[in-house]
Amino acid sequence: MEPILRLENVSKAFGGLKVTDGVSFSVMPAEISAIIGPNGAGKTTLFNQITGALRPDSGRIVFQGQDITGLDTQEIVALGMGRAFQITSIFPEETVLNNVRVACLSREGLTRQPLKGVGSFKSSTEKAMSVLESLGLAGQAARPAFELAHGDQKLLDIGVALALNPKMLLLDEPTAGMSPDERALTRELVVKLWREFNLTMIFIEHDMDTVFGIAQKVRVLQQGRLLAEGTPDEIRANPQVVTAYLGEEL
Amino acid sequence: MEAVDKKKAAAFWGLFALIFALVPAAGNDYYLTIANRILVWGMFAVAFNMLFGVTGMLSFGQALFSGLGGYGVGMTVKYLGKAWFLPGLGLGVIAAALVAYLLGYLIIRAGGVFFTILTLAFGQLAWQITFRWYNVTGGDDGIQGLVPPGILSNRVVYYYFCLVLVLGSIWFLRRLADSPQGLVLRCVRQNPSRVRFLGRRVRRNQRRVYLISSVFAALAGGLMAGIDSSIHTNMLNWTTSGQVILMSVLGGIHQFFGPFIGAGVIMIIEDVVGARTEYWSLIIGLVMMTMVLAFPRGLVGEFALLKARLKWRALERAERS
Amino acid sequence: MDISFLIVQFISGLTMATLLFLVASGLTLIFGVGGVFNFAHGSFYMLGAYLAYTFVAGTHLNFWVAVLAAAVGAGILGMLAESLFLRRIYGRAEEEGFQILLTYSFILIIDDLVKLVWGTEYKSLSRPAGFGGSLIWGDITLPTYNLAIIGVGLLVVVGAWLVLSRTRPGRIARATALDRETMGMLGVNVPLTMTVVFGIATALGGLTGALAAPLRSVTPGAGIEVIIDALIVVVLGGMGNFWGAWLAALLLGEVNAVAVATVPEWASLFSYLVMVVTLIFKPEGLFAPRQVRKV
Ligand SMILES: Nc1ncnc2c1ncn2[C@@H]1O[C@H](COP(=O)(O)OP(=O)(O)OP(=O)(O)O)[C@@H](O)[C@H]1O
Ligand SMILES: [Mg+2]
Repeated sequence: MEPILRLENVSKAFGGLKVTDGVSFSVMPAEISAIIGPNGAGKTTLFNQITGALRPDSGRIVFQGQDITGLDTQEIVALGMGRAFQITSIFPEETVLNNVRVACLSREGLTRQPLKGVGSFKSSTEKAMSVLESLGLAGQAARPAFELAHGDQKLLDIGVALALNPKMLLLDEPTAGMSPDERALTRELVVKLWREFNLTMIFIEHDMDTVFGIAQKVRVLQQGRLLAEGTPDEIRANPQVVTAYLGEEL
Repeated sequence: MEAVDKKKAAAFWGLFALIFALVPAAGNDYYLTIANRILVWGMFAVAFNMLFGVTGMLSFGQALFSGLGGYGVGMTVKYLGKAWFLPGLGLGVIAAALVAYLLGYLIIRAGGVFFTILTLAFGQLAWQITFRWYNVTGGDDGIQGLVPPGILSNRVVYYYFCLVLVLGSIWFLRRLADSPQGLVLRCVRQNPSRVRFLGRRVRRNQRRVYLISSVFAALAGGLMAGIDSSIHTNMLNWTTSGQVILMSVLGGIHQFFGPFIGAGVIMIIEDVVGARTEYWSLIIGLVMMTMVLAFPRGLVGEFALLKARLKWRALERAERS
Repeated sequence: MDISFLIVQFISGLTMATLLFLVASGLTLIFGVGGVFNFAHGSFYMLGAYLAYTFVAGTHLNFWVAVLAAAVGAGILGMLAESLFLRRIYGRAEEEGFQILLTYSFILIIDDLVKLVWGTEYKSLSRPAGFGGSLIWGDITLPTYNLAIIGVGLLVVVGAWLVLSRTRPGRIARATALDRETMGMLGVNVPLTMTVVFGIATALGGLTGALAAPLRSVTPGAGIEVIIDALIVVVLGGMGNFWGAWLAALLLGEVNAVAVATVPEWASLFSYLVMVVTLIFKPEGLFAPRQVRKV
């Protein structure tokens, strides 16, 4: 089977600092995998390059057989790449429904409609509501997004990405800032979404229960370099990873 | 729920049209002119606010477009004759669309402050050219005697002509604000980088709204020429751009009709105190400062907030008792 | 066109460039350090000119002392404006837009206050003693006052550079520019720093106005003309870029000198022309490094 995403020797430096240093790996379709690594390892920067928010200095990124290196974010998103953010990124003054609905409208190519009210596009509204149902946010659809609790805002962020029907979804620390109970719930939700929406999913996470609980594959990033890659059991047994990163946690 | 909203909206539009339609019945030319100005400036301000309040693009150069509209009428009438008033109006609007289209590519690149600076600079460039090119534009003398042809030369008829155009324009802008396109524009203001992750191009949407807003600014400028029967380089000056900003901020930039209310209030203040003081700029400066520091939501926005608070308090009291 | 004519024109352009740079440097200083866009910067320039006029014509101060006093005066007024008004909107949502609106209200208010205090007539200030004449050298006639302005400009540039790079307050200012929050946690009094930097920036504006007063007549409404010139410099040079601003000012000054000598009635359009051409061919500014890429 062809990988859905392939990175070949991707590198990026800010000034003199190498933030991504010759990273190569392949992701198979329908896989759910994690990227871990200490703060500042370059995890978010890697997502930025995969989604076209930053251009790699060198290397190639291939998504579904197509070279997407250097494409604009809009183009990469149109190919089926979705992303939720480490620092929640939503439209705070819009209602929860509109946050998701604008994504549905965008996917259906309706965002240039100048004369009909947003509400008259029934299929977009229905799709948006069903996404909110999956996330358990349907009850808050009419509230402005800034009023939501932190955790719910994070979910909404994911919802905006899901509404675009992506083939691949990148989640940047979905459980950050949550209590252990919330974490467990989010963990279940992520797996549920992965199945329900037939996604290939990569998530960045610091919480090891989440990482080793749900990832089929784990990649370890350190100082911009891919330190190790393997199943959770392989990673746990990898002496390099244990000394470099997991030491005190396992 | 939606049916009630629709009825409310219909009632609102009906009342709005009725009030302005009844003004000529007063039989006072002076009030007629003021009402006409409020209509046209109101439309200008609402269109400007599609840029600023909705999309977050503070243009300090919309006078360029209202000026183009005005000079479209003025120059065609000056060189081709009175009968060309309406084609001139159309010409000004088309010219504005063209200029906005091209300028959009030039100045909507770096965001934020740079957009404001560049709109100001291009506005002043247009003003300078008009001001200095005396042989063609009449320079500081402007162009006088711009009376519309035929029955439009009757002030009441011209008033209704403006009323219809303004109502049509505002109706269109209202639909736009409520449409998916309007939603995307609001999203561009609140979180442009996320808009890219919706698969939408931020700049393209910004250019689109810049074009739309500028076309209506030109229409306003053209209609103004008919109200005043003259045009002047001041129409192109940055103070005109400042005026329309003030109207929007005074009325409330996050309310669709805020700028229209702001236009009305400014026109009335201008009428009451403007004639009696040479310190007009001090007055509007103080108004602007007060709004920014104390009432950033504008008159309509603060009023809406007050209403919501009172309602809340009444609810609370009812619960307690 | 002979060489002496060129030299005269060059010096005239250099004078203009120095004034442009001085006024633009204040604008980019407060933007770079404080993140404040002071639309009313030109109004402080105008206040500087009027204050210098009053100090010379009213209190008969020595010209150079008056210029200094005018700069200090503009600086104090700037600090008042910052601490009484601007400070209230820091950190507000959509702060950038409100900054422009608030400083725009300063322009309107200062314009009329100037009219109230100084009247609407043109004011003129004569050149200081010892700088009324010209250096004559063959065909070349160079007004000494212009040379003095160029000298003062150089002094200010070198002085500002030394302060910013070599002194503790300078380093604090630069660090604050990069990261306000962290500096606050390190115990730096950020609000005070902002006020002082705002004061220095407006003092630079006032200084320029005072220096330029003998060359241009002093009128109300000068603020907006000056701010537009300064803004063009900043757009060309890159906001917050000191050396870019210097080169842009030089370019505009020289272009302007040529224009004044050849097509005087259209000269005021040439700065715009340079800006338009730049925007078409190098939109990120003449001297700005290539943008990394938007996120
Ligand atoms: N636009 C940028 N310019 C300069 N340096 C940057 C930029 N973005 C990130 N960096 C630096 O690159 C390094 C990697 O940052 P990145 O955000 O990718 O880390 P991360 O692995 O996501 O860390 P965390 O777990 O804290 O989120 C950091 O040292 C950061 O300061
Ligand atoms: Mg990160």
